Amino acid sequence: MATETLPATFRDITRAELEALKAAGLFKEERYIHAPQGAEIEVEFPAGAPLKKVLNLCSNNYLGLSSHPDVLAAAHAGLDRRGYGMSSVRFICGTQDIHRELENRLTEFLGTEDTLLFSSCLDANAGVFEAILSDKDVMIADRLVHASIVDGMRLCKAMQDTYKHSDMGHLEEKLVEHAGKRFRLVITDGVFSMDGDLAKLDEIVALCQKHDTMVFVDDSHASGFIGRTGRGTPERFGVFGKIDVITTTFGKALGGASGGCVSGRREIVELCRQRARPYLFSNTLASVIVAATLKVLDLVSATTERRDRLEHNARYWRGLLTQAGFDIKAGESPIVPVMLYNAKLAQDVARDLFAEGVYVVGFFFPVVPKGQARIRTQLSAGHTTAHLDKAIEAFRKVGKKHDILGKSKNEIVDRYGL
Amino acid sequence: MDELKKTILDYVRREYLEEGDERELKTDTPLITGGIVDSFSMVSLKRFLERKYAVKIPDADATPEAFNTVDSIVELVERFKAVEV
Repeated sequence: MATETLPATFRDITRAELEALKAAGLFKEERYIHAPQGAEIEVEFPAGAPLKKVLNLCSNNYLGLSSHPDVLAAAHAGLDRRGYGMSSVRFICGTQDIHRELENRLTEFLGTEDTLLFSSCLDANAGVFEAILSDKDVMIADRLVHASIVDGMRLCKAMQDTYKHSDMGHLEEKLVEHAGKRFRLVITDGVFSMDGDLAKLDEIVALCQKHDTMVFVDDSHASGFIGRTGRGTPERFGVFGKIDVITTTFGKALGGASGGCVSGRREIVELCRQRARPYLFSNTLASVIVAATLKVLDLVSATTERRDRLEHNARYWRGLLTQAGFDIKAGESPIVPVMLYNAKLAQDVARDLFAEGVYVVGFFFPVVPKGQARIRTQLSAGHTTAHLDKAIEAFRKVGKKHDILGKSKNEIVDRYGL
Repeated sequence: MDELKKTILDYVRREYLEEGDERELKTDTPLITGGIVDSFSMVSLKRFLERKYAVKIPDADATPEAFNTVDSIVELVERFKAVEV
């Protein structure tokens, strides 16, 4: 008689699947960090290896606030005043005064009418579409939106469509094609996470106004630092206050712990409060994160110093990489992809950079399109010029080893393949 | 090339290739495994076929394999056109 309920073949089949992932070079391994998040961290990799001090060029800690003393102090104070857990979803007994305070602060910060907190932006994206649209409506998304938006759209009964990445002509064709629908919602990331480019929000808003269509923006890679005062891509493109739905995260620039929100037109947010399943059926955002995020909003509202520093770092780093002869995706955001095209090359370069004391990760299909493998570097206000000067030396050394400096896409592809 | 293949090929080119994309698209070019069409953007192709040829392709049949080349898409459309008749 079997001693467990697991079918005898389950382990065999799943082990084979895991081995296939390894054979295809798609197996992900965690690196254990023995330090708070920051520009310099101590990493154990592979597991059991001695700790190595490395420069972190792959975190979403854009403003360097993840371990900021004022944020830590606010978290400690929040813990003391409002406790650790709420042991409830929001609508039963999980809403404290500070949850509503943070929602009001975010509404003001994002230039919207109301805000609802979620445990993550993934949860916000999973719940928002189903809560506000029906089978009479259509969702028209940029083809490069984040995976959590794709998942959220799949949970919604509204018709789905997509437009070519940032192609306004194609978007308008789709708006015309779906003119018969009750509501149309155009869906885009503010900053696209893999390429680091910005959605053309001014053009999107103009098109949506022309076609009586609503606009949704996931500003997770923008809130806190894109735009002159860090209010995100709507501020950057002069359409602050004109976006119908914004989702964003506190897990990147805004402290980096976790949590997110849906912010937008009052009725949209209220429908989410009534219907969004991740809000209804998942625990409230921990008070300690709420308290710390309030402090983060104080810090980013008091001065633009950190986002200015980040902007400077991004420009400086883009310049260093270009001078060194790397092929990078042009842009203005602190996401700077170094294009290598070949998946194995991306992994080899990342491994060699780690050996040189720079922590970056190679990205390849299915995370990015086939033949578009890259190393995504991400800047932080916590980086100093000295950090970046040190990092570029490592990049130069590794680039020279693989003979990719000054090489065009075609030359890299000819040598390494796609 | 017959009209059906040409129409689908034209749609795929217009709907999925970026401006300036010089890739040659043939009826046996892998669309899904070749990274030209992904499962997220595939829905518009399915809707185009259903509208253009007045067929209903069940979701269970609209697999990435069935949509991988224009040749396999043509087979799929013809199969369901036959069912309609």
